[in-house]
Amino acid sequence: MPDSGGKAPLRVRQLRKTYKDVVAVDGLDMEVRAAECFGLLGPNGAGKTTTMEICEGLTAADSGEVELLGMHWERDAPQLRQRLGIQLQETQLSEKLTVSETLRLFRSFFQQGPDVREVIGMVQLQEKADSRVGSLSGGQKQRMALACALVGAPDFLFLDEPTTGLDPQARRQLWELIERFKLAGRTILLTTHYMDEAERLCDRVAIMDHGKVIALGTPRELIASIGAEHLVEFSSARVPDAAGLAEIDGIRDVHAENGTVRMLVAELHRAVPALLGEMARQGIPLTELRTHSATLEDVFVTLTGRHLRDE
Amino acid sequence: MSKAGKTPFTERALAQLTLVRFREFIREPDALFWVFVFPILLAAGLGIAFRNRPPEVLNIAATTPELARSLTGEKLLRVEQLPQAEAEEALRVGKVALVAEPGANGAVVYGYDPTNPEGRTARMLADRAVERAAGRVDPVASTDRLLEEPGSRYIDFLIPGLVGMNLMGSAMWGIGFTIVDARRKKLIKRMVATPMPRHCYLLSFILSRLFLLVVEVGVVLGFGALVFHVPVRGPFAGLAVVCVLGSMLFCSLGLLTASRVQTIEAASGLMNAVMMPMWICSGVFFSAQRFPDAVQPIIKALPLTAVIDALRASMLQGAGLAQVAPQIAVMGAWLVVCFGLALKLFRWR
Repeated sequence: MPDSGGKAPLRVRQLRKTYKDVVAVDGLDMEVRAAECFGLLGPNGAGKTTTMEICEGLTAADSGEVELLGMHWERDAPQLRQRLGIQLQETQLSEKLTVSETLRLFRSFFQQGPDVREVIGMVQLQEKADSRVGSLSGGQKQRMALACALVGAPDFLFLDEPTTGLDPQARRQLWELIERFKLAGRTILLTTHYMDEAERLCDRVAIMDHGKVIALGTPRELIASIGAEHLVEFSSARVPDAAGLAEIDGIRDVHAENGTVRMLVAELHRAVPALLGEMARQGIPLTELRTHSATLEDVFVTLTGRHLRDE
Repeated sequence: MSKAGKTPFTERALAQLTLVRFREFIREPDALFWVFVFPILLAAGLGIAFRNRPPEVLNIAATTPELARSLTGEKLLRVEQLPQAEAEEALRVGKVALVAEPGANGAVVYGYDPTNPEGRTARMLADRAVERAAGRVDPVASTDRLLEEPGSRYIDFLIPGLVGMNLMGSAMWGIGFTIVDARRKKLIKRMVATPMPRHCYLLSFILSRLFLLVVEVGVVLGFGALVFHVPVRGPFAGLAVVCVLGSMLFCSLGLLTASRVQTIEAASGLMNAVMMPMWICSGVFFSAQRFPDAVQPIIKALPLTAVIDALRASMLQGAGLAQVAPQIAVMGAWLVVCFGLALKLFRWR
């Protein structure tokens, strides 16, 4: 490849996009490195899809710069298109065509790429090759959408919420496919509002909120950044005195919400006995107690005070 | 890797897109009905309603067997022998147009309503039959020449009109709905996310129509020829050129009409608004000449008028391409302008 020698395949600088009075993307910077899977994680309306579509050359930015595979949309659109694989959110492919007919159509737009049968094999739809798209299950349709993105042997793959609306089994199946493309050395930009998806698939994650990147790093770095390994949540008959809880050694960030109290904890084996002791001292019986290792969701909650899936 | 071999890739894209349109169409049974069966039903219905009726046979009554016998000589009368009272009753309720009964001295009395034209006709026919049966010889011989030639009847006028209307309707509706549906399902956006050449997407609509055109036009013309003996006098090539060009032009008009609409409802309304003036003015069901002279230039410039005029000239007057050159020019202009505008205005998302 003559272009992106050593440079990041995707570089975005100071991207801005406003729809009427809503600021969808607000001065966004990011860089996707070669052969990595980069995740945009954020709630609905955070600007993930708009960012994707600007990078895909489907939406024009108000200002800012996008450099993709060393090229620019204004100058190099036809060459760029040949090298991208794009999967959009909510595309409904024609239901009356079969899987192989649809892929043959998409394949015909690209100068090079694998044989249609090969692509069908990649997404494990061999048995459905001659079935109408309308007869596929949700998971099969998503795999089909992925196949359409792969027909041109892309150097860069855009996946916009690839598993939204799928059952857990179909999601895991799709994850395995995406992991295989990662291993094949493809660069992937992926959006999701599932933290487990981002944790499993992404080498690096940018957490987005209100059109901005509010945190960036590997999933492990991001989780470490909130300075706590574990989360403790409990429900009780009465809301306890938060100040009393916050004084316990190793407990931080106490939030009480709808009768549930949530806190970050560094050392579980010390904090939990102390917490139980404090509750007993205040005379409040616990009705529920949960602990889990910190996740990207907790990072988001810690940064914004909101849950990813709230909206 | 690539199976394409030496075929340039745009051609493969266009071929695939066209094939897909075609498949989508034939896998939609409803669309097949409207395009192929509906025009036949319409032509059959109108053909029956406006058929040139055979000369009317009039029912009359005679009160005696002798009179009845002498009246059967007239082919345009159907004679029934009835008793006096029943014959009077039949005349009164209009079952028969005339009652013939014997008068005094071998004369004949005709009873009929003088305000009813059928009664007066029956009176003349019956009297002629009675006189001839009694031995009258007409001093001047006469024969009839009847105007029933194919090519000058209403159905002959109608079939080219229906072919034109069908070309317009199927192209516009087919394309309009497909595009709005694809836009609604974000399929168009998905397509432009690939390197697909955009003009190929629009061209595929026109090309896939051309396959259907053969059937579409063939069905209506074949029906007209077989059932009503509607003539196709002009050279086949000329007719083919008119149909192909006409279809392409309406496809472009359909693309233009659907170039920005986002909902089926809006598309319906807009399509109707575009086609309505042509249904009325372009001479599908009656001659466009009936409109005032002042608006004739406008009517002549409408695409459907050009198509139908050319079809009629070719089918009924046997005109070749040279004679329909003005209409061809009008069609070509619409085709180029509409396709160019559609490509410019099209909302690719």
